[in-house]
Amino acid sequence: MSANLQTGAAGHGHDTAPAHATFRGYMTGFVLSVILTAIPFWLVMSGVISSKQGTAAIILAFAVVQMIVHMIFFLHMDAKSEGGWSLMALIFSLILVVIVLTGSLWVMYNLNTNMMPGMHDMSQMP
Amino acid sequence: MTTATTSTDTNVAPIFHLPEEHVHPEGSSTMLGFWLYLMSDCLIFAILFAVYGVLGANYAAGPAPKDLFELPLVAVNTSMLLLSSITYGFAILAMQNGRTGQTQLWLAITAVFGAAFVGIELHEFAGMIHDGAGPTRSAFLSSFFTLVGTHGLHVSCGLIWIVTLMVQVAKHGLIEANRRRLMCLSMFWHFLDVIWIGVFTFVYLMGMLR
Repeated sequence: MSANLQTGAAGHGHDTAPAHATFRGYMTGFVLSVILTAIPFWLVMSGVISSKQGTAAIILAFAVVQMIVHMIFFLHMDAKSEGGWSLMALIFSLILVVIVLTGSLWVMYNLNTNMMPGMHDMSQMP
Repeated sequence: MTTATTSTDTNVAPIFHLPEEHVHPEGSSTMLGFWLYLMSDCLIFAILFAVYGVLGANYAAGPAPKDLFELPLVAVNTSMLLLSSITYGFAILAMQNGRTGQTQLWLAITAVFGAAFVGIELHEFAGMIHDGAGPTRSAFLSSFFTLVGTHGLHVSCGLIWIVTLMVQVAKHGLIEANRRRLMCLSMFWHFLDVIWIGVFTFVYLMGMLR
């Protein structure tokens, strides 16, 4: 409590320490992360789902959810931090990440299938 | 328009900024600036993930993920990083309560978990290189070592940063500047955990599914 008063007085609204970092928040994030980590590992190690594409899609979904959990509970992201600029920077970066990832994979996949006939089967060669 | 300016600019210079701009205290923009750095770091990792996504299946008749990765070891590694995340959170809570000793203790525990993570990763790398699966073996291994190694290098830098801040807090206590630095490191540390979620999902788990 006293720490919040100190930072509030020094920063007149520009708190360096977020006031909403709480024990409860950290524990919620931790428990959710443990669950969201354990399930993908279990799915892959035990091979419960026979379809590999299905398993891949599910663990990717778990990863996305866990990243959001970390952003909210550990990095304290919300629409209000730094007057909304943190979220703006994050959204901008995510757009770039999606363009870079999907663009690279898409272009290079087409390159591999349309060029160098026979060369994409290198693993079969002696 | 011209009449308006000529009538007012007799002796008053034009003002191009907000007149009632309030004074910003030192370090008030550090957190946003550091967040922008993290976002640029995120783009570096995005490019490395893209490289791995493109080259990850080019084994050059060498070992595949199934031959190399040990998921139990990766699970232990993941739990090390996750535990270090929550202990860093406890350090921040102790800092908010103004408890210097407790903050130092949690920082030390975080550093131990972080060091365990780096140690396990180096052990894994050493085993792979010993088995002839070094970064020069295939495009898959080159991109694997680049991506996972860059993350490990970030964690190692974070460890140096933790030790530096422990010395700073020991010397000057929880002053405003140290609080700000601890908050920056908090963002850095949790950000690395977010990247690791991508690594263990995209590289290790999906590698085993191939």
